[in-house]
Amino acid sequence: MAERQDTDLLRTPLYDQHVAAKARLVDFAGYALPVQYEGIIAEHKWTRQSAGLFDVSHMGPAFVALGSPTGDADQDHHAISTLVEPLVCGDIAGLKPGQVRYTLLLDETGGILDDLMIARPPAGDASGMLYIVVNAATKDADFERIGKALGAAAKLERADDQALIALQGPSAAEVIADLMPQAAQLSFMNHALVSFDGEVIRIARSGYTGEDGFEMLVPASAAGALWDQLAADERVKPVGLGARDSLRLEAGLPLYGHDLDATTSPIEAGLGFAVSKRRREAADFPGAERILRERTEGPERVRIGLHIEGAPAREGAEILDPEGNKIGVVTSGGFSPSLGRAIALGFVPEHMSDPGTALQVLLRGRVQPATVVETPFVPHRYVRNSKTKPQGPAA
Amino acid sequence: MTTKFTEDHEYVTVDGDTGTVGITVFAQDQLGDVVFVELPEVGRELSKGDEAAVVESVKAASEIYAPLSGTVTEVNAALSGEPGLINQDPAGAGWLFKLTVRDHAELETLMDEAAYAEHAK
Repeated sequence: MAERQDTDLLRTPLYDQHVAAKARLVDFAGYALPVQYEGIIAEHKWTRQSAGLFDVSHMGPAFVALGSPTGDADQDHHAISTLVEPLVCGDIAGLKPGQVRYTLLLDETGGILDDLMIARPPAGDASGMLYIVVNAATKDADFERIGKALGAAAKLERADDQALIALQGPSAAEVIADLMPQAAQLSFMNHALVSFDGEVIRIARSGYTGEDGFEMLVPASAAGALWDQLAADERVKPVGLGARDSLRLEAGLPLYGHDLDATTSPIEAGLGFAVSKRRREAADFPGAERILRERTEGPERVRIGLHIEGAPAREGAEILDPEGNKIGVVTSGGFSPSLGRAIALGFVPEHMSDPGTALQVLLRGRVQPATVVETPFVPHRYVRNSKTKPQGPAA
Repeated sequence: MTTKFTEDHEYVTVDGDTGTVGITVFAQDQLGDVVFVELPEVGRELSKGDEAAVVESVKAASEIYAPLSGTVTEVNAALSGEPGLINQDPAGAGWLFKLTVRDHAELETLMDEAAYAEHAK
């Protein structure tokens, strides 16, 4: 079994916090990161019932900004969006100030190169800038691709020397309200700038657990103090990457490199919502022909959720029809602490994908019953606060 | 009664001709929360090193190898309803299966407690 070995690994600004908390550190995308503190199941359940604190600084936050903005926020936003939109299928130009959008970086055949967040700055923030967050394992390739597309008109500036901290769970908003009252007013998929400890923190109401919560980009110099203050709250416990994975799996959220890759189209992956209406009508995104065809005619395979009887089916396990023919493969699977059973995501032909369809999985040479179910496995509890406007920078 | 250990972090406690097999405290700690256990059939003939059981944690499946050759006589039925016993009490209530020891000489190939403590450092 793996021993602790973190000498050659990158450290996040919160490394000392993890060591002090006696976390079990593992190599994750080249970073020494906690897989667990007290235990995956306890941390998972705590996040669902109160609030979990996550170090996700391995991810790829960055800014793309016009070299010569005019200062007119709408005009500059349109200009920067025009540079970025050819890479993705989302409506970036249509973002309102402060709004965050989940979108997909696509190759020319409509295969998914990454899934990412793109946000328009809140009112009063930089003009002609976008805040993006990509996945850890893909960040170098993504940044190169985006940088090339920007040409001379704009530049990409990495922000992955900063800390990215997530606070997730039903108590997250109350905890944040005590520290940064304006942030607690945010609606799901919006972000704002707030002050903490003399530093500016970029905080979004978003996450990867299915719970209400926040993701914060924090300068490295302030990260430890913010983490310590959040962790000191009795409603908050630190949560490792192990529970982050079981939480996102229960929430039915795909993980790039496992459930999504360059062979997967947005329609196959059940991410058709990320292909924005304006972009569909203009058919002006990479792989538009395939994606629009799959949207009307149906894809060859689709992503499904499975309830599995018995042992968990892991990534790579074959999915069989009732006669025992291989029809697909599990792309993420494990034990659901909330449901107390094995669940999985995988791909099967569309005609086998209706909820209730009885299938099987092949585990260690034996078949186990599996049933197609709706995802998310555990309902999302996002907070869409329609009354509040996106927040500007802290006064 | 004597307890011996394998390099793969299984233990076997031998009392007469009966060996009780489980995983060590170190192993359960490395695995984390155990959520599912697959045990051998009673009557199965195991050779030393055979894959005998599977212990699943939230993250991964781990094969458990027979520390000694022998015939499976009993499995720990309590684990199907409460796999977490392996975390709580791996050397006691969290045992996996029992076998009749075929060849006591095989015990000499396993580590004693002091050697295992060094191995698990």
